[in-house]
Amino acid sequence: MSDPDLPAGVERREIAGETRLATRGDPVYGEPTADGWRAWDPERSKLGGMLELGFDTGLTGGETVLYLGAASGTTVSHVADFAGPTYAVEFAPRPARDLLDAAEPRDRLFPLLKDARKPETYAHVVEADIDAVVQDVATRGQATVAARNARFLAEDGRLLLAVKARSEDATADPDEVFETALDELRETYEVLETSRLDRYHEDHLGVVATPR
Amino acid sequence: MTDTDADAGWFAGRDADEAAGRDAVDAARDRIADGETDEPRDWPTLAVDAGFADSTDDYYDRLREATVTATRATVRERERADDQQLIHSVRAMEDSERTANELAERAAEWAGSLFDDAEPGIEGARAVAARKPEGELERRAVSLAARVVDLAAERDALAETIDRTAPAVAPNLVEMAGPELAARLIALAGGLEPLAKKPSGTVQVLGAEDALFAHLSGRAPSPKHGIIYTHDYVRNTRPEDRGSAARALAGKLTLAARVDHYSGERRATLHEELRERMATIRARAETGDGEINGGADPDAEGDA
Ligand SMILES: C[S@@+](CC[C@H](N)C(=O)[O-])C[C@H]1O[C@@H](n2cnc3c(N)ncnc32)[C@H](O)[C@@H]1O
Repeated sequence: MSDPDLPAGVERREIAGETRLATRGDPVYGEPTADGWRAWDPERSKLGGMLELGFDTGLTGGETVLYLGAASGTTVSHVADFAGPTYAVEFAPRPARDLLDAAEPRDRLFPLLKDARKPETYAHVVEADIDAVVQDVATRGQATVAARNARFLAEDGRLLLAVKARSEDATADPDEVFETALDELRETYEVLETSRLDRYHEDHLGVVATPR
Repeated sequence: MTDTDADAGWFAGRDADEAAGRDAVDAARDRIADGETDEPRDWPTLAVDAGFADSTDDYYDRLREATVTATRATVRERERADDQQLIHSVRAMEDSERTANELAERAAEWAGSLFDDAEPGIEGARAVAARKPEGELERRAVSLAARVVDLAAERDALAETIDRTAPAVAPNLVEMAGPELAARLIALAGGLEPLAKKPSGTVQVLGAEDALFAHLSGRAPSPKHGIIYTHDYVRNTRPEDRGSAARALAGKLTLAARVDHYSGERRATLHEELRERMATIRARAETGDGEINGGADPDAEGDA
């Protein structure tokens, strides 16, 4: 049942009568499970949406990941299920408390209460040459956060970014917001693929990029 | 790789800590939380080379223990600090405001006896403070007015601090009530957690304790709202619908406080539901309906 476009450890499985994206691990947010597999809800996860929409993420399974904006661990728990060492950065204490619960049964998920705008506060913990930086911070300056965290990526590593238009400017046209963000991003990255995530997340742009 | 490479890692300095008799876990936690360096390196390999870990796997086991401990400790500290700091700020703001107003009255009364054009209030004090005093008494009266102006400025600075800090403590509550009202509700309840645990009927009358007491001792009707009266949804709703508006608002504020306390993430549906509910209540004014009374009140949600 494995799908050539999906990383090893992510499969389409029959769960509760539906074929769903799934990873193997302990449930985190009340998602349905079957035979040790937990459904990965693309409506609750930008990365889940990107996988459903067929983005070429470059993820293969077992890689080292830096996840920015981990919140309560909905997405990063799925990442830790199929990836290798996974660093999860979140700066708000309350969701970080739930992130700790998600980390409990996952021995290669490292929760860090840090501000993603200040990589120097975690560069002494997060290793160099990371395979994938996944970013979903939904605050102003999303392209800046991505640029500052480029230092962690391996030369051929991937940035998997979700840009939320409303976080940059709640009144502007999303397309313009995305263009501005991409222009800034291109100073540090080569953009490989972009596409709207609207089917699952309104006014969000999914981006795959690699360091320049 | 040089020694200085490994020195920048979170695992460095362990020997010094041990020599100083520090608990190894505490020390690692502090280094995770407070350490800094500009560039990441291949920490797993450096840590093994430096003898900190036997293998990469062993390194990751230790890293996980240290990050979980550090994050848990920092979360606990920050959560405790945040809502309590907000309470200090809002109480200081209220005290500054009240004191500034009281003192402004005193200053105006005094200035009125010395100068013919003295005006009341903070603005009056500002004008007096700008005068050139002659003689000791004028000097004191002008100086008193200057203190009023300073206190009013302090009040404004505190309000700005609250605007900046409240969203991190209670994002949904702040989005719904604005930073100042959100902070006041948290202060009246004694913290975000106690607020999150109150039934919405209590939140509705928070700040109206005197009126509630009068009601309970049979001297007055039950209060329809406490401090939430300052919210536009209550104040700017016609009087016969204010009870419904206060109930609807209190219900959603209670849910917002719970989401803030238990998850901390923004919940868009909550805000939309309140907007819709308020639109319905306000539409009554156009159709000329009176307040709905009865057992099944759609606004009584959120009661625990
Ligand atoms: C949309 S939520 C992320 C949801 C999560 N990625 C998931 O799918 O499970 C955005 C999160 O980013 C966090 N965040 C915003 N700015 C941040 C920053 N500068 N550093 C770290 N986290 C940040 C917020 O606290 C919030 O929890």
